[in-house]
Amino acid sequence: MNTGEDHPSRGSTESRGAAEPRAEVERIIRSRTRRSFLVAGVVAAAGVAGWRWLVTRREDQGIPWPLRRVLETNEQWARDYFDASRLAPTFPVALAAEPRPNGGIGLEDELDSGTWRLQVTGLAESPDPLSFSIDEIRSLPRFEMTTELQCIEGWSQIVHWAGVRFQDLAIRCGPATVSGEPPDVRARPDDLVPYASVETPDGEYYVGLDMTSALHPQTMLCYEMNGQPLSSIHGAPLRLVIPVKYGIKSIKRIGTIRFTHHRPLDYWAERGYDWYAGL
Amino acid sequence: MKRFEEKHPLAIRWFHWINLPVLTMMIWSGLMIYWANDVYRVGWGDTTVLKFFPQSFYEALNLPYRLAYGMALHFFFMWLFAINGVLYVLYTVFSGEWRYLVPNRRSFSEAIQVLLHDLRLRRTHLPRRKFNGAQQIAYTAVILMGAGSLLTGIAIYKPTQFAWLCTLLGGYQAARFEHFWLTIGYVLFIIVHVIQVFRAGWNNFRAMITGFEVVPMEETGHEHR
Repeated sequence: MNTGEDHPSRGSTESRGAAEPRAEVERIIRSRTRRSFLVAGVVAAAGVAGWRWLVTRREDQGIPWPLRRVLETNEQWARDYFDASRLAPTFPVALAAEPRPNGGIGLEDELDSGTWRLQVTGLAESPDPLSFSIDEIRSLPRFEMTTELQCIEGWSQIVHWAGVRFQDLAIRCGPATVSGEPPDVRARPDDLVPYASVETPDGEYYVGLDMTSALHPQTMLCYEMNGQPLSSIHGAPLRLVIPVKYGIKSIKRIGTIRFTHHRPLDYWAERGYDWYAGL
Repeated sequence: MKRFEEKHPLAIRWFHWINLPVLTMMIWSGLMIYWANDVYRVGWGDTTVLKFFPQSFYEALNLPYRLAYGMALHFFFMWLFAINGVLYVLYTVFSGEWRYLVPNRRSFSEAIQVLLHDLRLRRTHLPRRKFNGAQQIAYTAVILMGAGSLLTGIAIYKPTQFAWLCTLLGGYQAARFEHFWLTIGYVLFIIVHVIQVFRAGWNNFRAMITGFEVVPMEETGHEHR
């Protein structure tokens, strides 16, 4: 292959100089060098200007708006690629341990578990919310899984969760539809309103979910962690676990679930993070 | 008497110089992301030889402690990094430039000669070729590392949608670990690369801007970088 003599264009017409006077070669070298460095300088200046433009743009929820637009574009591609049949890996229960209790926002008040009820609104059949006690939630089909909780900070922890599928609660409640027809969560999920908003009882912490991710078969409302009833710092009496999202979406101590036409507010998205936060 | 020859095609010069700020931004924003869970170190048991990274390192760089901003930058520049890298590989394949870049049977023994020469342990002249064996290995390795960064990056960006890839790479934390060490690899590459460019001198550096290199007519041994 390489023989040491196969230098590109060696000996070709581009290898000028041999036949040209020395002064002419010097002139070509100088002129080409000047031209190339001029182009390089202009390109470098354009790069610096582009960077300065980017980072000085008006902020849209904590980051310059062009970066927000990029996150939203990434989201569109991620949603196109998303397939509910792709599951988060599951692990042997023996690997499960307690995750860090990051995030106490919305958990500041003492919770009276006796009076706690889950409120679900944005329903097809009724303008009034449906309300569930924890025992009523427990009477829905039980679902367990051992998945890896992935924090947006970069750590992760395998945890065994038990509770009910979000899907099963949605079937029980009947979210509002776009067409106005009665909802059919299993057969016509695309007709459901496209978002769900989930909030703590005090409204201090709130997450927005696209309905497709909310109805993923591993998205669940959890009341037991690693075989124990959910502790207060982990979100008793009921928390969300959504392995297709970063942990910031797995809201603790759920007060209300609202099905909605409009993209809901999201606590961390308002602070610079990606609204979608899909994994 | 002088003459000059074409050395680096225009496309390769563009790919190279676009990659410089883009990779810089990927490393910079990556550092902002890594900082939020900066757990890696060189050490064993309770002994830590080198922590990634000491607080003084973040302070020296004036790192904005903003994970969200780091992620937003990373998920913008990743497209530029990936597109530029893929176009570069396609260009080298279709232009035939890969012949100068991909190591061959002799590259490895030649790389040892180059290493001994550069460490001043040997006075023999280097092969008179566009890229010597050590360069072929380094420039090909860094492209493979780039591919590794894309794959480990996809695995930690969408570990559920690309669960097969994440599992193949040893799991989520393993993929994050690999992604980090590949970046340390780039930094080491860049340090050696810049030192070598300084050592090789102006003519060699200018070739990456202008494309041509001046060759003395009677030269016998010459270093290219």
